[in-house]
Amino acid sequence: MGKAFGAVLIIITVVSTAVFFFHDFGGMSLWLPVDASEHGHGVDHQLMETMYGSGFLFVLSQILLGLFVWQASDRPQGWKYRIFPGGAKPMVISAILLVGIEILTLSFVGSKVWAGIYFTSAKPGALPIDVQAGQFAFYFRYAGVDGKFGALHPDKIDEGSGNFFGLDPRNDEAARDDIVVATMVIPVNREILLTLHSKDVIHSFYVRELRLQQDIVPGLMIPLHFTATKTGRYEIVCTQLCGLGHYQMKAYLEVKTQEEFDKWLKDQEAAQ
Amino acid sequence: MKIRHLCPLLLVLLVSSGLASVPVPPPAGGTVTGKITYTGTPPKMKPIDMSKEPNCAKEHAASPVLTENVVSGPGNTLEWAVVYVSAGDQGSTPGTQTLKFDQKGCQYIPHVLVMQVDQPFQIVNSDPHLHNIHPLPKINPEWNKSQPPGTPPLTEKYDKPEFISVKCNVHPWMHGWFIVLNTSHYAVSGSDGSFTLKGLAPGKYTLTAWQEQFGTQAQDVTLASGETKNITFTFKALPY
Repeated sequence: MGKAFGAVLIIITVVSTAVFFFHDFGGMSLWLPVDASEHGHGVDHQLMETMYGSGFLFVLSQILLGLFVWQASDRPQGWKYRIFPGGAKPMVISAILLVGIEILTLSFVGSKVWAGIYFTSAKPGALPIDVQAGQFAFYFRYAGVDGKFGALHPDKIDEGSGNFFGLDPRNDEAARDDIVVATMVIPVNREILLTLHSKDVIHSFYVRELRLQQDIVPGLMIPLHFTATKTGRYEIVCTQLCGLGHYQMKAYLEVKTQEEFDKWLKDQEAAQ
Repeated sequence: MKIRHLCPLLLVLLVSSGLASVPVPPPAGGTVTGKITYTGTPPKMKPIDMSKEPNCAKEHAASPVLTENVVSGPGNTLEWAVVYVSAGDQGSTPGTQTLKFDQKGCQYIPHVLVMQVDQPFQIVNSDPHLHNIHPLPKINPEWNKSQPPGTPPLTEKYDKPEFISVKCNVHPWMHGWFIVLNTSHYAVSGSDGSFTLKGLAPGKYTLTAWQEQFGTQAQDVTLASGETKNITFTFKALPY
């Protein structure tokens, strides 16, 4: 009976690992989604290292567990078990060292990738886009023809009239041609510099395909830069529980070719 | 005086008072008609991007909805302005009919709902997704209610006159108005900017016109019995 249990454990481990690796679940692969950003490969590399390292250890420990069950079952009375040389103490110490070294290595390598994305500044010439998060939507602002953003006046925010950012076009010329949209449109292969801010509570800007996630804290102007490398339409979602309508807080990111983007921008400028 | 002597006197009094209230035909109601117009350049209304709510984006895919704070018609006229008797009101009747305020295609319909103090109104969600209606009164109590799809209508009323901006917490572009008045003499201008106030007894009135972007204007009108007067309210529009 004990041997059968050990065998079942090993079979379950091997089969489920194989399914995880090779089945595509009707297109819903369990592997990472497409990476559409310049920095994404670093993040993906880090995730895969972690996945392979911990996955290998997990599968190995399951198989060993099955083998031990197999080996230790149906033994005659008085059979002597072999123990780890030196007993439990050296085993625990070596386990702590092994796991500790693995975690530290992942953290050091990971922090380098992280710093490469978040602790560097955008190159000159990056396209600036202002992002306002609020319960429960994102809005995006482009500087318009004059290349200057109008100043923000939170007291002038009037969503019903379309003044999501609190601009004052009557007194502020720079604000008159600012383009405000609910869908973020960007050109491919050009660096984008976002300035994220929130008008009410904490939100988070997350685009899965860009491997980007950044909290938006009220009162702070948070810069975030990236370059998209694949055209397409991606979802921007809020990943900080921000209230009742949190699950509906999303917008779309459209990555277009430079020509398509120029045309789109011209149309928007004309509509101001 | 004995009570029995009083009886005939009381009878006479009763009969005479009854006679006094025999309905004399009421004076025929006066009417004020007119238009709401503007001079100058109003701000450009912008198309609303509803991509965050796929149901609504699909519904308006053919012609995007524009913001509604200045809805102008032919000949520089203005829709959704409210004209009401702000002084000299007489003969107002309480509003008892239940009004309807719909949330449909991520818009408030009507954009401006005029009601009387204590008049009930129903808030309906006709969309297949959640709305969260949040009127912003300063005098009346403020509330903020969620309506998942299929929820029965909410019935509400306000007991003080006020102009209340209405927003949806989930769809920030949605914008409407609750106009709570203490008169039954009011009208909302139509798509050609015209309005009609009927059944006004003879007298001197102050009429006020309100438009959400341009504020209010008032005019005095004196009406004789059955008279019809035509007036125009002209707002000064600025592009920003």
